[in-house]
Amino acid sequence: MTTVLLYALIYLAVLVFAVGCVIRAVQYARMPIHLRWELYPVPHEEARRVEHGGSYFEEVDWWEKPSHFNLAGEIGVMVPEMLFLKGLWEYNRKLWSRSFPFHFGLYLLIGCTALLVPATLVSLVQPTWMAGSLAAAWLGLCKALGLVGSVLVILGSLGLLSRRLTDEDMKNYTTPGDIFNLLFFIVTCILLLAGYLLSDQQFPGMLAFTQGLLTFSPSVQVPGLLAAGMICAALLAAYIPYTHMSHFIAKYFTYHSVRWDDRVNVRGGELAKKLAEYLTYRPTWSAPHMGADGTKTWADVAMANPAMETKKK
Amino acid sequence: MSGKKRAHISEVSREDGKPLVHLEPEDLMPLPAPLNDPAKAPAFKPLSTQIVEKYECLLDDTCAVNVPKPKTKAEEDELVRKFLAGLEKLFQRENNWTFLQPLLLTMEHCAKCQTCSDACHIFEATGRNEIYRPTYRSEIMRRLYFKYVKHGGLVSLWQHGDIKLNWPLIARLIELSYRCNLCRRCAQTCPIGADNGLVAHELRKLFSQEMGIAAKEIHDTGSMLQLKVGSSTGMNPEVVKDNVEFIDEDTSEKTGIKVETPWDVEGADVLLIHNAGEFLAWPENPGAFALILNAAGIKWTLSSEVVAYDSINYGVWYDDAQFARVALRHAEAAKKLKVKKIVLGECGHAHKALSVIADRLLLGDLNIPRESSMTLLRDIVMSGRLKLDPSRNDFPVTLHDPCNLVRLMGVVQPQRDILHKICPRFREMEPHGVDNYCCGGGSGFAIMQGNNFPDWRFNVSGRKKVEQILNAFADCLGPETPKYLCTPCSNCKGQFRDMLMYYNLWEKERILYGGLVELIVNAMTDAKPGFIDWEWH
Repeated sequence: MTTVLLYALIYLAVLVFAVGCVIRAVQYARMPIHLRWELYPVPHEEARRVEHGGSYFEEVDWWEKPSHFNLAGEIGVMVPEMLFLKGLWEYNRKLWSRSFPFHFGLYLLIGCTALLVPATLVSLVQPTWMAGSLAAAWLGLCKALGLVGSVLVILGSLGLLSRRLTDEDMKNYTTPGDIFNLLFFIVTCILLLAGYLLSDQQFPGMLAFTQGLLTFSPSVQVPGLLAAGMICAALLAAYIPYTHMSHFIAKYFTYHSVRWDDRVNVRGGELAKKLAEYLTYRPTWSAPHMGADGTKTWADVAMANPAMETKKK
Repeated sequence: MSGKKRAHISEVSREDGKPLVHLEPEDLMPLPAPLNDPAKAPAFKPLSTQIVEKYECLLDDTCAVNVPKPKTKAEEDELVRKFLAGLEKLFQRENNWTFLQPLLLTMEHCAKCQTCSDACHIFEATGRNEIYRPTYRSEIMRRLYFKYVKHGGLVSLWQHGDIKLNWPLIARLIELSYRCNLCRRCAQTCPIGADNGLVAHELRKLFSQEMGIAAKEIHDTGSMLQLKVGSSTGMNPEVVKDNVEFIDEDTSEKTGIKVETPWDVEGADVLLIHNAGEFLAWPENPGAFALILNAAGIKWTLSSEVVAYDSINYGVWYDDAQFARVALRHAEAAKKLKVKKIVLGECGHAHKALSVIADRLLLGDLNIPRESSMTLLRDIVMSGRLKLDPSRNDFPVTLHDPCNLVRLMGVVQPQRDILHKICPRFREMEPHGVDNYCCGGGSGFAIMQGNNFPDWRFNVSGRKKVEQILNAFADCLGPETPKYLCTPCSNCKGQFRDMLMYYNLWEKERILYGGLVELIVNAMTDAKPGFIDWEWH
């Protein structure tokens, strides 16, 4: 019964996590297209320009030239940034030495889960497969990723926590919530790691547990320490999308929709249609020069000339 | 209070009526020789007693906006109410569709890792004084956002931190929003993509659009004057035409080449828009432009329509409505003349305003192509249409990159191609291009002359640039070698004119500043030698 409750909590946490992520992503995606605010270099520019941070504005009559989208350039920036936190490496090496193990540890833990689920599915459909050497290697890899990942997360979190508590530059901006978040990661990973390493022979292993999770089998016995780690991990996963730690979603938008958004507003294009709609909004800013009383549209406000109106008075 | 003491976030609400910090010369980042002795640094004038008594000067040693002190508690409460109303509007799509998405992303996802701080020239120049840290004002705003816009309860306070909202906080935040050059160097380094420069921009908007509070040089004698008479210089169309006629005569005489500026030519290929400050302060710049475009056989024109002969658009720094109003008038003038494209003269913020930001405001037939003069000039210089002799520019030249042209627009290489071709002793500043540092006059500071604010911008916001200039010319310092600081931006030139004078760098080091076109004309073999006259102006 306790194991079933644990399964239920895990499913619920995954659901809450997914809903939280979707809500956040949809919220940002549905926002109006803002005025252009890009920052150079923009990596999807032509390769010859990316090197010095140039844009298509460097060409005479740029609007008559074919447009380029250098996907390779964009991927070349995105992958090192996502995997290795290249920006932090470049601009804040001290923090990188703590943040990278933390994030990379999380990736390894995600990788461990991602490998475990298909292995479990295969084992349920074709149990004999599990006797083979490929399966042993597969599960060995899962185990290694899980163990190394947990250790990296613990070390990284401890490093980040000590920096938050001791670095004068960061103390002023650290809230109790920030401390709690890091402690949450540390406690969760310590419980998972200790629970797994100290589990006795009663625990049939992670594969059996995942099989139980997918089949809701109550027969799997999970040791207390490991169960506590799983409960913490489930709660942590459910909590993340509702905090600033959901920056893995935000970062897509800050890069693709702001920093690198150099789309041109072409006459009669899709962008122009959306922008025309925004010009019908009715702002209510109160300063006299705005003339925005809630009845005038954004276009009316933009066409007005407060200086001439003052003159008339 | 010592400038070295760290101001805690909560101190922004302090009610003791005193500034949060005071900077001593020794607190500031050291400068290289010959400015390496803080004891010999020019004096930083204190604010006068009258100003301190009359206006809210609660932040630091200067006062940029001159917000009158409220006379009663009721007045204070009303200002706080207005502030809250404005704060809410910043996060509503009807009121702030223009920047809602980037603002919200920045509010909700800053990890407070302080990576941005090291990128900020103002923070560095003050010896890392806490209130100038890019995240200081953002953290205040973030806490206000979660408390008053999101109406977060106890959990939110625990997660995001508390803040006490009162009039001193708002008064300090007004000033603090004018301690950022909006160069967005901080944003460039943020691992998440948060933008603390944008926060300063949005705060300025809140104060202007809701409370009617802005630096007077930017609003009253800036965008409002431009909309009223046609230019923030105060020149109406007749006056500007007179001035250009004089400039044409002067340029013709100086170069021996007849120069005539065309006005209101319908169907011209190019509508050139200068920052009108050039006509008054640096007439050799529009003169050189006219000479080059005529010599290259470009069919071009200026417009005498109100607003259209001045490319400035100060709204880009503080007010979306003022920004849109000016941008629309620029586009309308181009439409009326049926030109093929608008070309922006040497003015960084005008480049970014009309080419980049206004791109999503100009719809239908107002969406006329806009181009940088840097690219057109490169095209002319590289095409061989002008006969150029680089030996005429045989003096050390370095290039200041206006932030609006490079980091914020990606126009980096054309000006370099020109300099490499015509200036044999060209050398880069470090860092340069998209990693450049602001001149210290960005976001309106160069025109803000009130109280002792210029002292602040020379000692603080311009400090990093002074260091860069001296380092770029380190091998040829001294008065015997004239040196040229090429600055293709009116606003930056304004800052350099005042700052080089402040540090006496023309007298002592013979560092002259000027535009790019002046160097081109100086190298033209068809023109009389000596277009650059090596006199202070």
